[in-house]
Amino acid sequence: MKYTSKDSIMPSSTNIPDDWFEWEQSDKAQAEKVARPSLSYWNDAWKRLRKNKLAMTGLVFLIILIFLAIFGPILSPYEVNKSDLPNQYQEPSASHWFGTDSHGRDVFTRTWFGARISLFVGLMAALIDVSIGIIYGGIAGYKGGRTDNVMMRIIEILYGLPYLLVVILLLVVLGPSLTTIIVALTVTGWVGMARIVRGQVLQIKNYEFVLASRSFGTKTSRIIRRNLLPNSMGPIIVQMTLTVPSAIFAEAFLSFLGLGIQSPYASWGTMANDSLGAILSGNWWTLFFPAFFISFTMFAFNVLGDGLQDALDPKLRK
Amino acid sequence: MLRYILKRLLIMCITLWIIVTLTFVLMISIPGSPFNSDQSSNETVQANLEKFYNLDEPYYIQYFQYIKSVILFDFGPSIKQPNQTVNDLLGRGFPISFELGLITIIVAVISGIILGVIAALRHNGFVDYLAMGVAVFGISIPNFILATLLIQQLAVNAEWFPVATWSSPKHMVLPVLALATGPMAIIARLTRSTMLEVLTQDYIKMARAKGLSPWKIIFKHALRNALMPVVTIMGTLLAGILTGTFVIEQIFAIPGMGKYFVESINHRDYPVIMGTTVFYSVFLIMMLFLVDIAYGILDPRIKVHQKEGE
Repeated sequence: MKYTSKDSIMPSSTNIPDDWFEWEQSDKAQAEKVARPSLSYWNDAWKRLRKNKLAMTGLVFLIILIFLAIFGPILSPYEVNKSDLPNQYQEPSASHWFGTDSHGRDVFTRTWFGARISLFVGLMAALIDVSIGIIYGGIAGYKGGRTDNVMMRIIEILYGLPYLLVVILLLVVLGPSLTTIIVALTVTGWVGMARIVRGQVLQIKNYEFVLASRSFGTKTSRIIRRNLLPNSMGPIIVQMTLTVPSAIFAEAFLSFLGLGIQSPYASWGTMANDSLGAILSGNWWTLFFPAFFISFTMFAFNVLGDGLQDALDPKLRK
Repeated sequence: MLRYILKRLLIMCITLWIIVTLTFVLMISIPGSPFNSDQSSNETVQANLEKFYNLDEPYYIQYFQYIKSVILFDFGPSIKQPNQTVNDLLGRGFPISFELGLITIIVAVISGIILGVIAALRHNGFVDYLAMGVAVFGISIPNFILATLLIQQLAVNAEWFPVATWSSPKHMVLPVLALATGPMAIIARLTRSTMLEVLTQDYIKMARAKGLSPWKIIFKHALRNALMPVVTIMGTLLAGILTGTFVIEQIFAIPGMGKYFVESINHRDYPVIMGTTVFYSVFLIMMLFLVDIAYGILDPRIKVHQKEGE
């Protein structure tokens, strides 16, 4: 065994000549060099997400769906709400890929219009929930003490309110439209997000790097922006991904009850509701396509959320 | 423990008061009177009708009368079905909805736990993937879509089950199946993941080392602890099943509360909307309260009154 340094643990009194020693590695710069590119949190998470086949299937499906929601109606020669009664209940064919419904409207075109509405409602609801949740949860978690206590009591009270019942009540009063649906969904929807953000902030604000940052005299707003939020991004993103399918479900559910997007306009829920009578007479395609896309979209968001949960959890990092 | 229960009770009362007040505020803020649609009514008739339903009083008196009627649980007559009171509708609809809900919960819990345990015991095996495939399917497919697909396939095409109504056990199969699949999937996934976690614990190894039979280990030692998270999400699942009955009862033409609720929404029958909303909320909030207390009793590691210090 060779010692690589002169000031070794060997006592100096031992009479081993110095020239017995030599530098194991002379090039210090070489030793300090980083062999592989450093992995940021997001790189690492992406790498792990890519290995999750189910989550990637969901992601690819969603990308295709977004593409079709934007370009599908443009590609199709038919208009969404134009009735064509002589052509009602056409089976799927070369001219009508997904067939036609009871008014002779092209199901293919309507499906992509429905996708626009469903995705818009889902994403908007998730975005608004996140914005309110981050502000509310961030303040509660960061301030702590009395403020936190009062704010959490309010959350506890709101959490007990039956979500869909409140949404239904609001829609009965406000009247069904795209805006009112989003408003109704977010009135109590942000509570879950606020809880998660508050829990994260409460945990992270006690870490040493936040203390260090504060002892350098960093302003509170900067600490929240630069330290607390980026570090609680993982659970926030996961919660957001899981909010989208529940909002999409709620919109479809409400449209199905007749409280959502109203009938000439296409939403997956209204399309399913309209075709309830049609399936009894064997015209399966009017139900099948909206049903398939609601289910598959919810599936995609759910598996993507699960995958992100695993990928973004630093505890699982190898 | 007692302090915790009292605190939960107080929060429950505030939540109830909020939903009751919210219902009232929303109902009076709807533009127009519910009688406007009647073409035959002249102004005197309208005034008399409003007097009969106490709609001519100032809002604060209406509010107090409303609170009083909520406490006495008397929601007055329905507007659109004049010979019936809201209580009549609730009394007729609730037993049927309760039956549907209860059977659904029993089916969902039992099948969900069995599916979850089997998946955990055959971790990463074929059965595991199959069970989780069923679970992901169950979570993704909305109950009203599943209901229509079931009617189409099993009732119209195969003619195995009746299309609608609620009279014999055979009539119950499809609605229960449509309503139970979602909760079952959630329970199965949860049971599987906690079961996997519990099975790696030292006390399970210990039990195995003692030579206990595998069944005894699974049921007496592992499952008991694996079921705690299932208890915690019971409240959410109940809420989901309850709102699920609205559409399921409508699709299958089951004369339960959910059907009356949806009809009252479509007819803008305000006393019925208020009555059923308040009834549903009281029911749900009390269930959530019971689940909370049950959780505190079942899990001795959690001292419930310390939970707030988290």
